[in-house]
Amino acid sequence: MREEEKNVNAAPEREENYTLNDDRRVKVLSPGRLVAQRFFRNRLAIVGLVMLVAMFAFSFVGGLVVPYGQAEQFYTTEVLKKEYVGVTRNDNIRYSVPDGQSFGALEQAEFILALNKGETEFSRKDVQYRYVDEGGDFYSIYMGDTLVAMGYKDIVNTADGKPELSFPVKYEALKAMAGGQGSFTADGGSYTLDGEHNILLNGEEVGYISRFVVQPKENGVVITRHFKEALEEALEEHIDEFVYTDTDGVEYTYTVSYDASAMVWSVMQGKETRVWDKYGSPSPAHPLGTDGNGMDMLVRLMYGGRVSLIIGFIVVGIEVVLGVIMGGISGYFGGWVDNLIMRIVDVFYCIPSTPILIILGAAMDAMQVDPMIRMLYLMLLLGFLGWPGTARMIRGLILSLREQEFMTATEATGISVPRRIFKHLIPNVIPQLIVTSTMGLGSVILMEATLSFLGLGVKFPFASWGNIISDVNNSYVMTTYWFIWIPAGICLLITVLGFNFVGDGLRDAFDPKMKR
Amino acid sequence: MRNYIIKRILISILILIFVTFAIYLLMRCLPTSYVQTMAMQLSAGPNAKPYEEWLAQLTAAYGLDLPIPLGWLKWLKEFITGNFGDSWRYAMPVADKFKEVIGLSFVMGLISLILQLIIAIPLGIVAATRQYSRLDYGISAGALVGISLPTFFFASLLRLVFAVHLGWFETHGLVGRNFNQLSPMGQLGDMAMHLVLPIVTLTIISIGGLMRYTRTNMLEVLNADYIRTARAKGLDEKKVIYHHAFRNTLIPLVTIVGGSLPGLFSGALITETLFSIPGIGFTSYTAMRAGDIPFTMFYLTFLAILTLAGNLLSDILYAVVDPRVRLA
Repeated sequence: MREEEKNVNAAPEREENYTLNDDRRVKVLSPGRLVAQRFFRNRLAIVGLVMLVAMFAFSFVGGLVVPYGQAEQFYTTEVLKKEYVGVTRNDNIRYSVPDGQSFGALEQAEFILALNKGETEFSRKDVQYRYVDEGGDFYSIYMGDTLVAMGYKDIVNTADGKPELSFPVKYEALKAMAGGQGSFTADGGSYTLDGEHNILLNGEEVGYISRFVVQPKENGVVITRHFKEALEEALEEHIDEFVYTDTDGVEYTYTVSYDASAMVWSVMQGKETRVWDKYGSPSPAHPLGTDGNGMDMLVRLMYGGRVSLIIGFIVVGIEVVLGVIMGGISGYFGGWVDNLIMRIVDVFYCIPSTPILIILGAAMDAMQVDPMIRMLYLMLLLGFLGWPGTARMIRGLILSLREQEFMTATEATGISVPRRIFKHLIPNVIPQLIVTSTMGLGSVILMEATLSFLGLGVKFPFASWGNIISDVNNSYVMTTYWFIWIPAGICLLITVLGFNFVGDGLRDAFDPKMKR
Repeated sequence: MRNYIIKRILISILILIFVTFAIYLLMRCLPTSYVQTMAMQLSAGPNAKPYEEWLAQLTAAYGLDLPIPLGWLKWLKEFITGNFGDSWRYAMPVADKFKEVIGLSFVMGLISLILQLIIAIPLGIVAATRQYSRLDYGISAGALVGISLPTFFFASLLRLVFAVHLGWFETHGLVGRNFNQLSPMGQLGDMAMHLVLPIVTLTIISIGGLMRYTRTNMLEVLNADYIRTARAKGLDEKKVIYHHAFRNTLIPLVTIVGGSLPGLFSGALITETLFSIPGIGFTSYTAMRAGDIPFTMFYLTFLAILTLAGNLLSDILYAVVDPRVRLA
């Protein structure tokens, strides 16, 4: 403790020992240290640096940490509903005629008339008919003493896989039900009728009676007895939804809705299907939800950031290399070389780059270029259209540096031309170059994002912040699924802003005229 | 001065000729399928000529059968004589379509430029006079945010907030559904309402550059010796800033604003497209995506002319405004 205090106090003591004109009294900082100091005093630059570090970590480290892949699709189960059957309660009297008899529509009309009037006899074309009300909306219709037809509302159905029941059996069954009897004989067989209106022959079910008519909505749908029973139970208890397991053991959910005007219950079969988790809402598994292809948004953002940043760096790299070479040659040699290169730069300056990129993008669309190759073309194009600015700046700097005394000195000491250029000229343009490149990174990323947004830059399956945001072209996505496009926009803004803040801070830090 | 201007104009024309050659080269190198698609469409109509004849006719009409330099010369000759060809996408002469849409783009650009000047110059000056204050930080950061905002993202946000949620403005288009039933004043109002969001987008996106430019130049002027002299004379600080400093800041400002005037005609490609405003930007975007070569060639050349005119104008203005500059 004491020792440390001594050390702290030691420094000023030593300084006092120096003579007044001793160089060591002056604290000397290298130019680099000075620049760093000025840079770190700039609050905006620090904010920008933090933003950039965060975005780099997010894009490059984030992709390694998360468990999902860039193009991994996620599934969800969704209940798909389709119309399964329609059920009507039979409220009309239906007719059945034994073999060899006839009871046509006109006779039926006469019967209904008589029934409504309460008469038990009616006639049609001089033929006298009479009917017997057996109870329970079941009528036996006779011509004289012969049974010509029966009218009923409860319907006799044949059990699954059994032969069609004959008229006498149906007749006796309905009669037995109307009379509340538990058994009947017909066609030489002895049948029993159980409490659930099943018709049993020798203990085996051959048919059943029910007032509901179930019609499948689709061809090829076989409706089993068990399903009908479950359905009827649900209808009688007014349940809207019931679960039924079919003979194959697959469980379905059915929803029942009643259409009062048509007096039809329509039954929807809900089937669980695996689908892509489209536009899934944010959840613990997917903190930013999923996009239109069922891919995790957070992961897409990370990989998108990677693509955007890499493209930015490569493009700026191309611009810097081309710009430094062309600008350097132009500025150092001057004369007709300078003139030629500067006219080329002028021409490039006048070529409108955004429209050109759009046209080439559309052409690549038409030629269906592979997304990977396309990305390479995009980088080359952006770099190739962007170098004239750098070249102009470098030329201007070198033109003025060339005339300075230190360059005369290099010439006088006989240093070779390449060494003069690379050892003495280029280091002097690096500060400016760093500033413009940093700002340039931001604008290249913006340009790439704009093109990708228009669908002319980075294409699916590669993610890019621009093409993630392009989902807002679908106005439903724009209004409903904020989590798809707003985070990507914020990432883009933070990154570009970071580059601009840092670039601005560097500009101030490199400028010796700045007072801080 | 006059000699300088003439020389600059001649150089500009020379550059323009090379630019048109570069653009023509690019257009010719594109897959020719556009012409084929076009011929296929034309031949599909009732009583149309067969596909081969159309293809041959179109190829000849656009000089696509000539070698590139000759085709370019042919195009250049037509362009100079004012024949810009017929747009494929819009099925009308390019010049007519251009006249139809350029006014709107110009109005939008002009309003946005005026707004930018009104907002950016005072803010830039305030930031410079209070350098390193909290206000300065705020304004500088705001300017950089404006520069960094992706147009499409900002426009989408505006649409979501003001058009979808608040319902104050329309999401896109220039006229509403009941446009034809409105009185002339109502029609104007309807168009104005549709233009609010695009103009706000344009202004916010481009305001940052002007603000920073004003601030930098003002700072430079404020550090000049004559300002120190003015202060030493005991002049009022207001007079120092608005009389001595600001007038000198105006020199670079006039130069840059003058240089951007021709750009008002170039339209805002991205903003117009996002809001479906039928100005020159959106029209050209549609034409470019559809591979409409005549319109695209015209638009690209037009943009190049505007850029050259802007550079020329700002150089001339520089000499006019600043008496110290003598042009050789």
